[in-house]
Amino acid sequence: MKNIVTFQRLLEETRSSNKRIYEVFQELESYMLERSIEDVRQLMKRNLNVMAASVRDGLSHYGPSPSGMSGELAQKILRRYQNPNKSAFNPLLGKILTYAVAVSEENQRMGRVVACPTAGACGIMPSVLIAYAEEYGFNEEEQVNALITAGAIGKIIAQQMELAGAVGGCQAECGVASAMAAGAVVELMGGTNEQIVHAATLALKNIMGLVCDPVAGLVEVPCIKRNGFLAIHAVTASEMALAGVESFIPPDEVVKAVKQVGVLMSPLLKENSEGGLAITETAKKVVPQP
Amino acid sequence: MIGPSSSHTAGAIRIGLFARKIFGKNPEKVLFRLYNSFAKTGLGHGTDKGLLGGVLGFNVDDSRIKNSFYYAREQGVAYNFEYLARDDRYPNSVDIIFMDTNNNVLMEISGKSVGGGEVQIDKVDGFNTDIRGDYPVLIMVYKDQKGVISNISKLIQDQNVNIATINCERKEKNQEAVLTICLDSVLSIETVEEIRKLPDMYMVRNIDKLEE
Repeated sequence: MKNIVTFQRLLEETRSSNKRIYEVFQELESYMLERSIEDVRQLMKRNLNVMAASVRDGLSHYGPSPSGMSGELAQKILRRYQNPNKSAFNPLLGKILTYAVAVSEENQRMGRVVACPTAGACGIMPSVLIAYAEEYGFNEEEQVNALITAGAIGKIIAQQMELAGAVGGCQAECGVASAMAAGAVVELMGGTNEQIVHAATLALKNIMGLVCDPVAGLVEVPCIKRNGFLAIHAVTASEMALAGVESFIPPDEVVKAVKQVGVLMSPLLKENSEGGLAITETAKKVVPQP
Repeated sequence: MIGPSSSHTAGAIRIGLFARKIFGKNPEKVLFRLYNSFAKTGLGHGTDKGLLGGVLGFNVDDSRIKNSFYYAREQGVAYNFEYLARDDRYPNSVDIIFMDTNNNVLMEISGKSVGGGEVQIDKVDGFNTDIRGDYPVLIMVYKDQKGVISNISKLIQDQNVNIATINCERKEKNQEAVLTICLDSVLSIETVEEIRKLPDMYMVRNIDKLEE
């Protein structure tokens, strides 16, 4: 069995074998890890459980963060959707926004999360998966299928570029998380393999250039709220793809472009807290207290 | 994993844990040299706690990471951190220097964190390595001479284990050399002992792949 490192190869493989992306990838992972497909899925179930727990933990913590920059953000959002009088978001989107922020807050306080693909972007995947499952009743197996689909997207991108803010900026973290989540949603909603890849591509393409400028070197501002924004961004991409909208630039070329933008990005804007929001007047007054 | 950063916390923990396994015993004193992004945002990202926690043997899911400094003191491990900026080093990189209580350097290991918790150990005592924890790995330091690699590979073959990659480097002829072998499955303790008994072996470490 040959490793798959491009989206083009992935789609060719799904066409020739007449399989879903998750089927191709669970076979590949099973081969690579020398474990059974059942074991691979079990590993994903474990991740899914940690994701669900991180949503619960994130929502059950009160009080401000040690730095004073955030705290109880998810609760605030949750309260809005408990009384959805004139909200622009339906309950599904309300949940996604709430959960993404909750998990990211949990990460900020050194709680237990699933890096997906990274910890800075850990709110995006769980929020989308769990909110869709709750609202539409997707069972565990269907969620695992979506998670493996997201994993396939993340792994293909990770084989082309390094997923660290210090190397590629936030586009390599929250951007990739958003691409993974967009693909996962299309899998859940029964879209085609091509639509899954286009959803991921659209999400990635439209977040290109996003810098990593964390205030006081903490994974807090702008990271926590950004997870909420990019979770919704993923849904936007999935909706377009499910409607049949395709990325004009093919997926593998978009990944190359994102990688290039990461290289061109100034190191001041790559997780060094030496540019952007990190050097604003207000940011300079913040004392890092992780 | 425990937050807040996969590259700066989880990656740091795994580099520390890897370094501990290569060093092969409980450390007495450790100096961490953090470079570039590790140095600049490491404090907020818990990189220092992560590196130290890894060296103490904690894994990425261990909630003791938050209190690594406390556990180091409790275990009597002295530690120090230096923060440096160097253009010739990777953005997220660190040197871990193990010392005895008299400040003699026992071993120096360099690593980098490439994102999502993935790491690479790129130097052991000045030798270049490419250890990523995705395969079980055998690391050996020995006196450069004829037939060593063939003897080692014979023992590995005898156990019916496949060699995935092999990397060898020496300082100069007949001096210290390092051999890193990534394997498709884990060697038995007996085979590792056989390798350890080969002539002029200074160090043998058999390290399983990193946990997911």
